[in-house]
Amino acid sequence: MKYFRSHILVGINETSVAAGVHDFVAELRQEINKHSLQEEINILETGPLGFFGKGICLTVFPENVNYENVKSEDIPELVSEHFLKGRLVKRLMLDSSGKFSPKFNYDQRIVLRNSGIIDPESIDEYLGVGGYEAWEKALLNMTPEGIVAEVKKSGLRGRGGAGFPAGLKWSFTAPLKAEQKYVVVNADEGEPGTFKDRLIMEGDPHQLLEGIMICARAVGATKAWIYIRGEYKLCINRLNHAIEQCKEYGLLGRNIFESGFDLDIEIKIGAGAYVCGEETALIESLEGNRGNPRWKPPFPGVEGLWKYPTVVNNVETLANVPYIIKNGAEEFLKYGTPECPGTKVYTILGDVAHPGLCEVDMGATLRTVINEYAGGMKKGFKFKAALVGGAAGVILPEKMLDVKMDFHSLNQYAAVLGSGAILVMNEHQSIVDMLWSILRFFRHESCGKCSPCRNGTQQLYSLISKIKAGEGTMDDVELMLTIAQTMQQTSFCALGQSPIMAIRSAIENFREEFVDITSK
Amino acid sequence: MAKTVNVWIDGVHLEVPDSMTIIEAADKQGINIPRLCYHPDLPPTANCGVCVVEITGNPVPKRACCTPVAEGMKITTNTNKLRAYRKTLVEMILSNHEVVCPTCAANNKCELQSLANNLGVDPDALPSILQKKKVDDSSFSIIRDVNKCIACGRCVTVCNEVQTVYALTFSDRGIDAHIDTAFGLGMANSPCVNCGQCTVYCPTGALREKSEIDAVWEAILDPDKHVIVQEAPAIRVSLAEEFGMELGTVTAKKMYAALRKIGFDSIMDTNFTADLTIMEEGTECVAKLKSGSKRPLITSCSPGWIKFMETYYPDLADCVSTAKSPMSMFGALSKTYYAQEQKIDPAKIVSVAIMPCTAKKFEARRPELKDSGFQDTDYVLTTREFIRMIKEAGIDFKHVKEEEADAGMSFYTGAGTIFGATGGVMEAAIRSAYTLVTGQELEAIDIQAVRGLEGVKEATIPVPGFGDLKVAVAHGLSNARIVMDKIREGLATKGESPWHFVEIMACPGGCVGGGGQPYGNNMAMRARRGQGLYQEDKNLPIRKSHHNPEVKRIYERFIGEPNSPLAHKLLHTHYFKRSVSNGQVVEEVTHKHH
Repeated sequence: MKYFRSHILVGINETSVAAGVHDFVAELRQEINKHSLQEEINILETGPLGFFGKGICLTVFPENVNYENVKSEDIPELVSEHFLKGRLVKRLMLDSSGKFSPKFNYDQRIVLRNSGIIDPESIDEYLGVGGYEAWEKALLNMTPEGIVAEVKKSGLRGRGGAGFPAGLKWSFTAPLKAEQKYVVVNADEGEPGTFKDRLIMEGDPHQLLEGIMICARAVGATKAWIYIRGEYKLCINRLNHAIEQCKEYGLLGRNIFESGFDLDIEIKIGAGAYVCGEETALIESLEGNRGNPRWKPPFPGVEGLWKYPTVVNNVETLANVPYIIKNGAEEFLKYGTPECPGTKVYTILGDVAHPGLCEVDMGATLRTVINEYAGGMKKGFKFKAALVGGAAGVILPEKMLDVKMDFHSLNQYAAVLGSGAILVMNEHQSIVDMLWSILRFFRHESCGKCSPCRNGTQQLYSLISKIKAGEGTMDDVELMLTIAQTMQQTSFCALGQSPIMAIRSAIENFREEFVDITSK
Repeated sequence: MAKTVNVWIDGVHLEVPDSMTIIEAADKQGINIPRLCYHPDLPPTANCGVCVVEITGNPVPKRACCTPVAEGMKITTNTNKLRAYRKTLVEMILSNHEVVCPTCAANNKCELQSLANNLGVDPDALPSILQKKKVDDSSFSIIRDVNKCIACGRCVTVCNEVQTVYALTFSDRGIDAHIDTAFGLGMANSPCVNCGQCTVYCPTGALREKSEIDAVWEAILDPDKHVIVQEAPAIRVSLAEEFGMELGTVTAKKMYAALRKIGFDSIMDTNFTADLTIMEEGTECVAKLKSGSKRPLITSCSPGWIKFMETYYPDLADCVSTAKSPMSMFGALSKTYYAQEQKIDPAKIVSVAIMPCTAKKFEARRPELKDSGFQDTDYVLTTREFIRMIKEAGIDFKHVKEEEADAGMSFYTGAGTIFGATGGVMEAAIRSAYTLVTGQELEAIDIQAVRGLEGVKEATIPVPGFGDLKVAVAHGLSNARIVMDKIREGLATKGESPWHFVEIMACPGGCVGGGGQPYGNNMAMRARRGQGLYQEDKNLPIRKSHHNPEVKRIYERFIGEPNSPLAHKLLHTHYFKRSVSNGQVVEEVTHKHH
């Protein structure tokens, strides 16, 4: 094996691709070669690096230095200063003041532990960090019942938003006798501000595949579908590539490892409707129908895709599974809280110093996440509120900064963890504007099937637009609550049941803003 | 056997099958949970949310229409919260609905109107969010007014699941979601067969027939025109319910009186041509049986069925009787036989048909139905339009004195009148075909096996000199598919149809359940109307078509004999293949005898 003095990890994701990362890497390689450093400095194209800097980002090991927004014209300086002379280029560093360094403790990561470290397009690198050991164990050394029991014991809860215990979900489908069962991966990440699944898939596609395989084995499914957003081109390419590699290595296909178990994984590209993140609408869409939700019961676990028992799990949920199976539930339980073990991947954006992606123990406070993982507020701004959980989430005021972030704790405050999106607002932002934006989103994304949601989302949007324009009254504000409350109680699916969250939290926590704007 | 479970609805204990939904259990007990999109004949669309109820242990109310009962369930249907939700829901629906109740075709029959009234809703509680859209009036039969549509989805369900026509679907999303034909091309350019079941199940009047009332009034009031009218069998049992009489009462003679008061010049009856149809179709059937043909004969009275056949089963068009429908036979005869007998210039004759059917409007405009030298039938009014005309003319229908029809083309037998119920054409045909084959009279003429609302009915009738006559009856087009698929399969695999003679009606229940029948329809009501027809059959002095004296007379004086060249010219037709995507004619697939 070659020995390199330094490794430059280049994050390849949608953002860096847009910034021209492929040309950049070629030029960087040229410059390294020009200085005859190719035997000393290794350039590694990898997934998202875990921090969300602007443009093209680099992490250099073992120095543990992060560069952001690096451009072609910076290459000569970077190579001659850092890689030739060993002097860090301060002006390009993620935090030039040097005060903030996002927590990149890889030991504390589960889902993102390989992300930004291995080449996501190489199955060998995944195997090199212990990949597919869990699959081998699940297939050859564990019974399906044993896998379900282990996942149940781990307390893993669905990371898609609702937090339903994954093991319990599997246990509904596993014992059913059916000529066909399916695993469906919900990769239709549509919650505004959420892009964690994209980065999980871009950074470590094999980990997701391994999770799917274990789930399929546990419930007896021989076919799995990954229903993925059409916009996630890089994910789709990497997953397809990874599936091909698995087939080549005999990890997928017929009679895997001579176990008698068959499994095929296929990708289905969604057309971008928010409601298709709802599991039954997703199934309808997968069947080729209009993405309208179905009535439950029967639940998909009993009667799902093409009426066969179907387990629908979120990307992040399944990405946790290989760790649990490989290391045992006990290890997993060391993370997070007793009610919600494990970690949570957040996407933090808005007015923080370093918007990005982080994986944090369940139960960490909002304050911890913002300060320790996102560098606190953007310089010169004060915290006003955070929208937690996307459009279907709640607007939390400053007094809630120390609430623990997990499904259980947030529920006690009528809040939700949801998808794990955290949108931070500074003191100059208007809550009314934020609410307007959320309600416009719901109006646009309602499928229109049921009248509470179809008419309600339009009424709410009309009312908030009127209020925003300074033409509303407090009666209109109250009417919004009445309508949203009725929608929550009578809508067919979770979409229509959701707007009340943002509306109620906005009005309760920032009532004075509504009083101000309606009394003008 | 279904398991039963114990549930409590508003404290009342019920033991019901576990296959029931909450709303079915409540209905059984006479507890009327407010509802809008739910209809007992259709699978729930669960769109409106009005039927939400509270179930102990559930934090959020559940829809009664699609939540199955479960052991020990405690259900509350009326709380202050639920009433508030329902009110808000209906206010929201009204805010996205064109509220023009006084002039709406569904006024007083509108389920949204009565729900709003029952709940005490203020129609102006919320600002209107209605985005006006163009009314689809492309079809000869059906108008679709999206502005009155509340997107309950019943029409989509009935079109796709009950009728399997697939003309209607949801389009667009969110507030723009609406019901539409493919690519928004309009009903006329869709596979719509004009059956009109969507209009019957529409709760609001967003779907209705294309009205011809004004044109008919104009003809009636034109002194140069001679307006002759015919009424389908089902009409006489579908008026009572609208005028404060018992559902299903036979009101033929009040009907004639009302028509005369309205001002029609000649009042005849479609039942007469129903009897005539039996002679033509029965003769065709017997000829087919005697020839040893392995292909069945299928009835042709129902225009929704005919267009459906032309669209989805054109390969079997040669199995369908060439006999025109009773309406179109009447139309052709009104401008030939009748004109000749009455010595009236046929150019001055306006032939009007009152039908329980929206598809008859399309049939009347078929270009090939001009054998009299004119368009055989000029105007078609649905039952609903006829009722409106009676009301418009200020006729107190309940108390109007009974009158007879005019002579010539109005006498009918019991066989003619049961055409209006599913299985009726088959029963009438058997009564006469038996005689045509054996030369003897059939004694047991109440053929129960072909009566009733079962989707596909089969019977075997021993006919001396022929053997077992195997027949099938289907009503509703999803049932028609079952029968047609079996025929297609039988012919393909064994070279033989499973049946000799098949009756198909497009509408569930037959014509009494037609698409032109009064709003506020359900299968139970259709059954009652059908029973009215069977009652009339029983009471009539003559119950076999071949004994109808006016039918005998028309053969003697005009047509000669059944299936004669003149009969073929005036009383028979031919069929086309139609495009599945837009319903337009592709090619002629059977040809007219000359």
